Amino acid sequence: MSEATPPPEGAAQPEAAAPADSPPELTALLRSTFANSVVDHHCQHGDETVIIRREGMLEVFRFLKEDPRCAFDMMIDLTAADYLPRAPRFELVVHLKSITLHHRLRIKVPLEEGAEEVDTISGLWVAANWYERECYDMYGIHFAGHPDLRRLLLYEEFQGHPLRKDYDYHVQQPLVPLRAVQERHDYEMVVEYPTPAEDGDGGPPEEPAQD
Amino acid sequence: MTEASPRRMGEPDLGAEPMVIEIGPQHPAMHGITRMHAELDGEVVVSVDVDIGYLHRGFEKECENSNYIQIIPYTDRLNYVSPLINNIGYSMTVEKLFGIEPPRRAEFARVIMAELSRITDHLTCLGAMAMEVGAMSVFIWYVKAREYLWELVEEVTGARLTTNWTRIGGNANDLPDHFLDMLEERLKMVESVLDEGEKLLLRNKIFIDRMQGVGIVSKERAIEYAFTGPMLRACGVPYDLRREDPYSVYPELDFEIPVGTVGDCLDRVLVRVEEMRQSIRIVRQAAEMLPPGDYMNYDRRASLPDKMEVYGSIEGLIDHFKVVMDGPQPPPGEAYQAVEGGNGEVGFYIVSDGSGQPLKCRCRPPCFNFVAALSEMVVGHYVADIVPIFGSINMIGGELER
Repeated sequence: MSEATPPPEGAAQPEAAAPADSPPELTALLRSTFANSVVDHHCQHGDETVIIRREGMLEVFRFLKEDPRCAFDMMIDLTAADYLPRAPRFELVVHLKSITLHHRLRIKVPLEEGAEEVDTISGLWVAANWYERECYDMYGIHFAGHPDLRRLLLYEEFQGHPLRKDYDYHVQQPLVPLRAVQERHDYEMVVEYPTPAEDGDGGPPEEPAQD
Repeated sequence: MTEASPRRMGEPDLGAEPMVIEIGPQHPAMHGITRMHAELDGEVVVSVDVDIGYLHRGFEKECENSNYIQIIPYTDRLNYVSPLINNIGYSMTVEKLFGIEPPRRAEFARVIMAELSRITDHLTCLGAMAMEVGAMSVFIWYVKAREYLWELVEEVTGARLTTNWTRIGGNANDLPDHFLDMLEERLKMVESVLDEGEKLLLRNKIFIDRMQGVGIVSKERAIEYAFTGPMLRACGVPYDLRREDPYSVYPELDFEIPVGTVGDCLDRVLVRVEEMRQSIRIVRQAAEMLPPGDYMNYDRRASLPDKMEVYGSIEGLIDHFKVVMDGPQPPPGEAYQAVEGGNGEVGFYIVSDGSGQPLKCRCRPPCFNFVAALSEMVVGHYVADIVPIFGSINMIGGELER
């Protein structure tokens, strides 16, 4: 997947460092157990990293959590990275930690542009729930099977996903008409607030702010 | 965790509809930036939807458009009650990418400043929590103690909160000459405030009653939610990054890790109270062991040269020009470094593509997990219990929403 095509000139290529001659213990274990899933590995700056395929990643994560040799009981961090001109554009990055065995591991899942959908791991670690919501918010990566995939830090009407490299740094978001607080929760009693247009002095609500 | 119990203590079932209220974001107990959409049955919370994002500033996007030195002041604004720990965590991550080691004196100075920041962080948390449940004087006294320490921080960094103190490979300046004397004097002042504060809090029946048995999180659930820091230690897990993944000079220092037993709000208070004592102990040891030497490991790739060099030699001028114009350029790669912040694991994940700007600069916020678990913690409690629970997780908006 990622090694099929060499990345174009000038593209980011963080996994360029050659794999160590003898892979560390966890990497070797994953390589032997999931020969089809593991794409690559490296151990830059002492951070053990395994790159796996999107297909079947859930089995790998389940193994990492449940196998006594891994016992990753904590999902420390989940995020993504956008390597825009490169061929698998996105990478899902998960940092795991085992409290019982005191080791760490980084798992990366390359994702092609246009197919930014992965299985949720919030069923394995409940901590992933909000991290996945944030990741969806910022990168537009969909997590299939997520119980509540809403935007977390931004608002629902926000256009685009700001941490994608093709999101313009200087773009100004359009104004959103004032909405009742309860509207999105779909209750029987919806408070009718006047929109700025009805007030008469607010101007049309969809006009973007001109600074 | 507590199960959802719509009724308590033999209240008759009157068949009432659940009432929906919005708590925050302007509510003072929500610290101004969190909204809770709560469904209540009488006074008991049935469900809560926590809405965050009111303080989102786009930290990561800003970082991707800045060079590595320009990011250091941004990190002050993450956890703004212990900014030095963020400075240190970020600088350590970039140092990891470059392969630079700061000199030993800088490491000890960093440990001293980090522990002082931890004390200010805990003082803020405890003071605010006490104030929100009605113990106003504790807040005033703790803020007084915090001010003693911030004056100390100001002596070193020139600012109380926006410290911008660490650099890639060391610190911006050395500890001043009179620092150690001033430090001991301030620590004594803080200790006396801590004594008074402990009496005010832990011998106060009203405070104990509000805290005990409230917001219990089991050990297993806390691990599954990836709690770190005092919140996890209150559940009885002795997980502290200063011991778990020792960094800097912490292995040489002697300190203990307090843990709780039940995992309720009172345990979190007790853990923080004891941690402040341990931090003072660490500061004293580090001050005693503070070695002479340089405070900065100059590396021409990463740090601004000394001004005498810049104005006095052509090489210094060129190095200065390159670092200012292009920014430090770490070799391509990625690094994750975590430090023990006031709230728990503050992790930085930086991906470098070899240019002057990071391809990705992510901060792993510790209180993110606590707020994610908040809706589970408050269900089944009274509305009034939301306040101590929310206070005990020490939500810091700058860090939560970045």
